[in-house]
Order: sequence, then C-alpha cells, then structure tokens
Amino acid sequence: MLRKASSFPEEMLEHVLSFITSDKDRNAVSLVCKSWYEIERWCRKRIFVGNCYAVRPEMVIRRFPELRSVELKGKPHFADFDLVPDGWGGCVYPWIAALATAYPLLEEIKLKRMVVSDESLEVIAKSFKNFKVLVLSSCEGFSTDGLAAVAANCRNLRGLDLRESEVDDPSGQWLSRFPDSFTSLASLNISCLGAEVSFSALERLVGRCPDLKTLRLNHAVPLDKLANLLRGAPQLVELGTGAYSAELQPDVFSNLAGAFSGCKELRSLSGFWNVFPGYLPAVYPVCSGLTSLNLRDANIQGADLIKLVSQCRSLQRLWVLDHIEDIGLEALAACCKDLTELRVFPSDPYGAEPNVSLTERGLVSVSEGCPKLQSVLYFCRQMTNAALVTIAKNSPRMTCFRLCIIEPRAPDYQTLQPLDLGFGAIVENYKDLRRLSLSGLLTDRVFEYIGTYAKKLEMLSVAFAGDSDLGLHHVLSGCEKLCKLEIRDCPFGDNALLANAAKLETMRSLWMSSCSVSFRACKLLGQKMPRLNVEVIDERGPPDLRPENCPVEKLYIYRTIAGPRFDMPGFVWTMDGDSV
Amino acid sequence: MEGGVAYENDLNLKETELRLGLPGTGSTIEKGVSGARNNKRPLPETREEGGANGKPDAQHDDQENAPAPKAQIVGWPPIRSYRKNSLQPKKAEAEAAAGMYVKVSMDGAPYLRKIDLTVYKGYPELLRALENMFKLTIGEYSEREGYKGSEYAPTYEDKDGDWMLVGDVPWDMFLSSCKKLRIIKGSEAIGLGCGA
Repeated sequence: MLRKASSFPEEMLEHVLSFITSDKDRNAVSLVCKSWYEIERWCRKRIFVGNCYAVRPEMVIRRFPELRSVELKGKPHFADFDLVPDGWGGCVYPWIAALATAYPLLEEIKLKRMVVSDESLEVIAKSFKNFKVLVLSSCEGFSTDGLAAVAANCRNLRGLDLRESEVDDPSGQWLSRFPDSFTSLASLNISCLGAEVSFSALERLVGRCPDLKTLRLNHAVPLDKLANLLRGAPQLVELGTGAYSAELQPDVFSNLAGAFSGCKELRSLSGFWNVFPGYLPAVYPVCSGLTSLNLRDANIQGADLIKLVSQCRSLQRLWVLDHIEDIGLEALAACCKDLTELRVFPSDPYGAEPNVSLTERGLVSVSEGCPKLQSVLYFCRQMTNAALVTIAKNSPRMTCFRLCIIEPRAPDYQTLQPLDLGFGAIVENYKDLRRLSLSGLLTDRVFEYIGTYAKKLEMLSVAFAGDSDLGLHHVLSGCEKLCKLEIRDCPFGDNALLANAAKLETMRSLWMSSCSVSFRACKLLGQKMPRLNVEVIDERGPPDLRPENCPVEKLYIYRTIAGPRFDMPGFVWTMDGDSV
Repeated sequence: MEGGVAYENDLNLKETELRLGLPGTGSTIEKGVSGARNNKRPLPETREEGGANGKPDAQHDDQENAPAPKAQIVGWPPIRSYRKNSLQPKKAEAEAAAGMYVKVSMDGAPYLRKIDLTVYKGYPELLRALENMFKLTIGEYSEREGYKGSEYAPTYEDKDGDWMLVGDVPWDMFLSSCKKLRIIKGSEAIGLGCGA
C-alpha cells in the first residue's frame, strides 16, 4: 500500500531537515510538495538574501517564522569601485526594524555593502536578547556610537566583524563599553578602524574572553603592545596585527617572538601595516602551521618577503602585493604545495610603468607548482595567450579565476593578438568554474567560448571588451547557471538585452555601465518584465529629457518579488509599466 | 550606438562627466590639458611612453596633445577605493592619482553627493560644478567679503576639523586639506568671510 507523503511523521522530517543546512538544498526541499514546504519553512533557521531589494522583509517574516540568522546584501559589486553613486540605496534600517519586531530570538545578522546607521545598530543592540554575531562587510553609514551601543547591550555577543567597512569619526572609547562581566567574545575584527582604540580596554577585553579565537587589530595598535595582547590570548587561531614597525630593540623583539611562540593554535595572519623587516623573524615560529597569510597591506619586498612565505609550507591561502614578483611566486610554487587561493594586488596601480617585475610568468609558476589551486585574483601588466593556455591546463580544480591586466584592452604582448584564445582555454578546461573576471583585448569571440563552455559559471565581470551585441548574446544565451553579470565600458546595446529578456529573471542581477543600452530599451524591458526592476542610474538628469535612443549612463536590472523600491534618490529611475 | 554620438556633441559632455564612447571604445574622464593634476608635475619622459607602448588606444590621441600620464578611468583598475590611501610608498602621489573623493552636503538636500576634487583645475571650475550639481548659484568669491550677496556659500572641513570658507587658501593647499564640503545658506555664511 502506498503511503502518502503526508502520513510521514512530521517530526521525523523535521529531524532529517535539521541536517540540511545549505540554502540551495533547503530551497529544493521546499519545492517537493506543499506539506514539505510547510514543514521546511517552520524549521528554517538561516536565510540568505542576495539582493535586499528582491524581497520585502514582511515576505521573509511571513514565510519563515523561526529564523535565527539573517544575511543580506545591498549594493551591486561594482560599488566597490566607485561606480555606484553615493545615495543609491541599500539602507538596512527597514529590515532591522521589521526583524526586531518579528524575531526577538534572532542571533545573527550579516550585512554586505549596506548602509547601516547608528540607529540601526542601536535597534539591534536593544532588540535581540540573545544576539550573538554581527558581521558588517563593506558597510558604511555608522560611527563608533553605534558600536558602543552594541558593546554595551549585547550580553552574549560572540562575534563582531567590521571587515572593510567605513566607520565615521572613530574614537577608541567604545571598546570600554563592554561590561567587565562580558566574557563571551570569540571573534573581533576592527582592522578597518582608522583611529586609535583604547588599548587598555582592548587588553582587558582580550584577557577576559577565553573563547577568543579571532582578533584582527587596526593599524593604530603599535607593535610593542602586540606581545602583551598575545600573551593574554594564546588560544588565538586568527590574528591581524596592527602596525608592524618599531625601532629595533632586542628586548621588544624577543618579547614578541616569545609571545608568538606561545600561540600554538595560530593558523591565520594578517595586518602587517608599515612593516619594519627586522621584526619579521618574530613570526617565524608560527609560519609552519599557517594556512592563511594576508600581506595585502604589507610593504615587504624582495628577500624578506620570499623568506617569510617560504617558511609557510602549510599555506592554503596567500594574499600579497606584487612586490612578491615572479621570483617570489616561483618560490611559493616550490614551497606551498597545498595552496588553494592566491591573490596578488598591485602596489602601484596608477603608475604608467611597471614598478615591479611581476608578469604572466609568476602565475604560470604557481599553476605548475600548486595542483590544488582553485581561486586566483591576479593583477599584472602583461599577458599572453600561451601563458593562459598553460595556466588553464595546469589547474583543473579552478573555481574562481579573476585576471586584471591593468591597461584596458591590452593585447597578447608577444603576438599583439586579442586574448580570446587564452580565456577560451580557461573556460574550456576549468569545468567547475563559477566565477570569472576578464581583462585585456577581447573580441566577441571570447564570449562565444564562454557561452559554449562555461556551463557552471555563476558570476562574470567584463570591462572594455567585445565588439557588438553578439558578445552579450553569447553569454546570456549560453551560460545556464549565470547569476550575476557586471559589465562596464563595452559596446553592448539593446538587441542582446531585449532578445534575452527572459534570461534576466533567472539571474540575480545585471549591471551595465558606459555601454550602449538606450533609454527606449530600458523602458521596454521594464514594461515587458514586471518581475524585474530595471533601474536607470543617470547623474545627467531625467532620461526622458534626452532622445529615447540615447544610451543611459548606468543600468541595474534585478529580479524581484517586491516591486519597485521607494527609497530611490533623484538620479535613479525604475522603468515599469507606467514608467517615467 | 548612433544616436548616442549625436547627442554627445550637442551637450558637450566634458571634464567631470562620464563620456559615452562609440561602440568598441571605452569611456574615460577627460581631465583637461596634459592630464595634469594640480599637485603633480607632468614628467618630461612620459611623452615617449605614449608612443613607445604602441597601444591601440587611438582615442587618447585626440586629447589636447596630452603627453601622459593617461587620463584616469573611474573605478579602474578594480581595487577598493579606501585602499588607495593605504598604498605605499609614494602615498601622496597615489592619493592624487587615485582621485580625491569628498562628500558634498547641502542644507535641505535629502542625500549627499561625492565629487572627485582632482578633476578640477581650480576654484572657478569647482564652484561651477557645484552649481550644476545642486542647481543653485554661488556667485563670486572675494577675499574681503566671501560670497556675500550669494544665496549659498561653499564651505569645507579641513584636517583640523574646522569649517572654512572655500576659496580662502591657495587651491593646492585646499586640495590637501579638504575633508568634506558643505553648501550652506548664504545667511549662515556671515561670519565666515574675512570682512564680516
């Protein structure tokens, strides 16, 4: 006799579901049948909203009554590079106000690229008795007053992470607002703060929190104070130093080296502002155990850098400036066989001439020496198709490949050909590629390769590339898993966009700036596709004061069930049925 | 596309506006003669760089004989904007090259704007840009009387946290000390001018 799904005990299904935590799996479960949808929504604890304007908070609250963790993202990625004008949106307050009423037991809030006011932080601080984790990644709009409210009121706080956020008028006193009885902190990241924090408050806080595993300081914490902090927290797993320079004094050095030696659990290091190389050997005792090293802000050069990196034989993740040069990357490839992620940033991105000897050869070395490589971000000034083909063949596990050749439209410097073939090899060989950023001289051909081979691609970033609408059409029609597409300064216009309008509803968002999409096409798209918000961002003034076939400055299209938003500034227009 | 080009010529977008290029070309911010920023001397040897590189970037040629450095492109290379201030060495130069974005607020306006001060060659251009951005008139600056007679006056916060009247100090000094701008109603400006 067949049992109907509804006769399966609910409690058992709930128990099974408690082991299913990934969002994608949870979403799949909810689509099986109505009763599974109901059971799933009552026991969902975490939610991730990739675009805060895709849904209204009331809708989330109505569907998921028992959330404990909410993660939201606001502005599009290109906001990181000043392409989204200030005031565009992403204000979190409406969400916080709604969450405060609906979820008194909420424990975690994680925000990325959102505008967070002090008022929002105060509401968070006072509304959730059991609040545990606050992550503000690349956020702005708040000051240390808001942080003080969190410190003073969140008795059970375990994590406060301000990574890459902009904090206004920083003053160090907010740290003292953690009461003396507060001991639950496990993770603190204040590396983005500009000004000094009260060191004595920091020291006392670190000393009384036995679960503290992650501590990322800001550059204002001087080196001679670091040893004391470390001795107060030998259980640290992740450390971000402050400024790493002081006059070389033997007792300060040995104190520091001793303190580092005492941190047997240390696996991740970052910070290193203003490095005085004489103090680098103090970290040598921990190098062999490090899995993650972030020297992105460290002005270490030449032999010092190579010596440091060569000792980190267990390294899985390295972020470094291009001071490492090809020769340093060769050493890396020889020493760090477990490397999975490499990011090389430019030390002089606006200089007309290269200031370091970092070329395509460095990346080739790493791809040859590190078979587990899966994530690359590489800024350089020259590239060849041959190098890209080699890199493509060497790293089968690559899932994220971002290459930035600093000069826009730079060709293969040996053959002067476009880099279509090189990137074609990349997408053909990297069968699991989920994220790709292109650069250099590229024609429509590269997009044909991408559309043909990049079947798992979820995010694509394009700049100064392509010849015609065909390029965009290849991507939109070929990349089945495409979720986010961001394009700047490409000759893509109306045709590809309108021909692939339905595709846009299967994606999270599309950004196009300095392209050739006309206002008329934007209006048409907005009218035809009610479940898309088609936002025209144009600081020249209302688009209907110009001819319809005039290209818009910037275009941001995203799918939504929330309808057009109401918090748009004067330079943003939503195209809808009754548009502008 | 085609319509865009004609429109461009009508409106004469220059200087502070993003320029929409023809298909196949990119857009750059044109920074005026010699691409010189006010606190950076154009290097004599850069004239050669432009030619020797042999880059197929033909559209730079029709700028006013710019011997380089090349015009700065907004948001390129794609690195985080706040990081521009932590690059070493040559920190000051990097900051100048990266553009100096400051917030501009105006009394009564619901949201702030941001402008890149390095785009302007001097006070007159800056004031005109502010007038255009906020649709108001600021008028003439005089050392004695500030912006007396104008409906609005531009002020800025300097490194010491003091609010100053825009125009009092030499342009270069202003560039290096200005942290943010605020446009106030003329009636509040009395007291800021030297002669008041």
